[in-house]
Amino acid sequence: MNNHPSLTIKGTGASPGIAIGKAYLLERGQIPVPSYRLFGDEAVADECRRFEEAVAKAESDLEAIKESISSEFKEHARLLEVQQMILRDPSIYDESLRYIEKDRSNAQLAVIKSLRKARELFNGLNDEYAKSRIEDVNAAGDRVIRILAGQNHTNLEDIRERAILIAHDLTPADAIQFQVGRILGVVTEIGGITSHTSIVARSLNIPAVVAAENAARLISTGDILIVDGGTGKIIINPSERDLSFYYERQDELEAYIKQISRHAHLPAVTRDAHRVGAEANIELLEEVVAAKDNGAEAIGLYRTEFFFMNRMELPDEEAIYKDYRDLAELMAPCQVTIRTLDAGADKLTSWFPRLEETNPSLGLRSIRLCLHYKELFKTQLRAILRAGAIAGNIRLMLPMVSGMGEVFQTKNILKEVQSDLSRKRIPFDQNMPFGVMIEVPAAVAMADLLAHEVDFFSIGTNDLIQYTIGIDRSNEHVAYLYEPLHPGVLRFIKQAVDAGHQAGIPVSLCGEMAGEPMYVPILLGLKIDSFSMNPTSLPRVKNLIRRSSMKECCRFANNVLRMSTAQEINQSLRKMVMKKFPEEFRVFEPNWLGEEPVLANRGSAKTNRDTE
Amino acid sequence: MEQRAVNSSALVQEFVVANRLGIHARVAAQIARVACRFESEVLMTKCGITVNGKSILDLMTLICPYGSKVHVSAKGSDAAEALNELAALFQTKFGEP
Repeated sequence: MNNHPSLTIKGTGASPGIAIGKAYLLERGQIPVPSYRLFGDEAVADECRRFEEAVAKAESDLEAIKESISSEFKEHARLLEVQQMILRDPSIYDESLRYIEKDRSNAQLAVIKSLRKARELFNGLNDEYAKSRIEDVNAAGDRVIRILAGQNHTNLEDIRERAILIAHDLTPADAIQFQVGRILGVVTEIGGITSHTSIVARSLNIPAVVAAENAARLISTGDILIVDGGTGKIIINPSERDLSFYYERQDELEAYIKQISRHAHLPAVTRDAHRVGAEANIELLEEVVAAKDNGAEAIGLYRTEFFFMNRMELPDEEAIYKDYRDLAELMAPCQVTIRTLDAGADKLTSWFPRLEETNPSLGLRSIRLCLHYKELFKTQLRAILRAGAIAGNIRLMLPMVSGMGEVFQTKNILKEVQSDLSRKRIPFDQNMPFGVMIEVPAAVAMADLLAHEVDFFSIGTNDLIQYTIGIDRSNEHVAYLYEPLHPGVLRFIKQAVDAGHQAGIPVSLCGEMAGEPMYVPILLGLKIDSFSMNPTSLPRVKNLIRRSSMKECCRFANNVLRMSTAQEINQSLRKMVMKKFPEEFRVFEPNWLGEEPVLANRGSAKTNRDTE
Repeated sequence: MEQRAVNSSALVQEFVVANRLGIHARVAAQIARVACRFESEVLMTKCGITVNGKSILDLMTLICPYGSKVHVSAKGSDAAEALNELAALFQTKFGEP
């Protein structure tokens, strides 16, 4: 196995754990399409047969995927049905055959030609939704072309051996096919910690690294790999020494996680009896089980975007209501905080006009978008209020609030919706707690006034960090500036917490920072009331909270707040966790905290922590 | 093509698209699937544009939102049955709200 030199690449750790095994490269890039003219009737007949067989194979592949999809993902199954129909559509099927017979084109070229024609037809359409369905046509055509090219292995179903999956990108349809046991780990070239692949990987405890540039180019099927889903490190063709080191780490990690998981159900109480909440961030109903297993006391953030985005049609109130109702029932009597649609206009182009936005992250998104598309917002609010009637355990939360205006506007809309529900005698929760996310600097500045208008705050650090420092963490040139421990960020967190507490409302933190065990001392010291995170982080974070002393953490946070650079804070945090939690530190090796106490590591250590 | 299919005249019926989301991809798939089960030629017309009712792509690109008026015609030996089944689809709003 050591014929090839060992090579280490880095991505973003998206699902912790260590995978060691053979790579399986899922190739879906551009495939070269040969084009030639067929000579003789026999060649034409053969080519027609080859095409027909490829279509039949594509059809049965789609059927197999459909059958393997669990019932929760029915929506995807219907999508595949549409693709099956397209395969047999006269303008693809008959047309391709005509190109083979008349133009004497080879099958691949014939398919390309008929696809090109279909694309022209779709491009000329006026309707955004209909226009976007060209994706289904492309997917169907692509499948046939790949089969004709002899690339059969596009389905994850076909992976018979235990392997680490390598791909440029994975679609939600791929992610739902992940099979525990067969897929040891996942590596993708793009994506972030919150992309669908990462979420599914975490919920299945499959180690995953995303944003690993060039992974699919550097890794070939059969290569031996070590994938560290915590640090984002990938070692290709590792040395014997690396292998034995990581096998040992793998054992150690498993034993450690097993040990702390046994105590995951215990409350998050510090050694000096200070209790905080430990809650889960989820976006799929199916994650509830994992959340509970990992000791979640509540759902601190239910992301509602996913329910809207992966479908062809705008969901109606009943469908949304059912989703929220099921969640409320599953979690009762524990609390569920539902965040209203937190998406940019780019995610809704199936239903609403596409906007020209040069800077979407500062554009029509989140609460602004909801207030703009009022009917959509009302539908969601109605569904949330109604679901609240089931067990009275739902809290309503607005994303990206920048000032009082949005709170007042939303309250007015809420009043309208409530009186409409009352008039129609539809039950709903009249006392539902109403809160806002603190994720733009203006909200921090206004926190004292906001606190009097709402029942709770939840600090969204992912965005707060970006907007505070003024950087786009996906921009590689400035990603190193994405510093969760930037003194400016910590001061803002403190300011928001203090404002909330002064008004007597609880403040939680639901950014990825809450799920990073190494931040526990700082966040406890800043007096965060509850930590909401990815379910899989809960056992580790809870464990460290239980091992902390609130008094020490407060003293530590006070010291840290006087420091002037993120590096200085990193160093002192590193010292603190090394001393207080040596076993946690050894097992997880948080290399982003700086390797040695020198300044030079900022670039390499920080860039792979930037996508939260 | 069989003689009687060519000679018989087409049956036509007008429908209003009554499901809220109109004829989107999955509905188009339903219509095409039913139409394909019959030997008859099935056409759908909206605002003077006529497409093949057996082609999901044709149906998707005809763009029929909620409330559009369409004419469905069937011509062939089993035209009556085809039109009956298609009528049932339209009348039940394709099983959608």
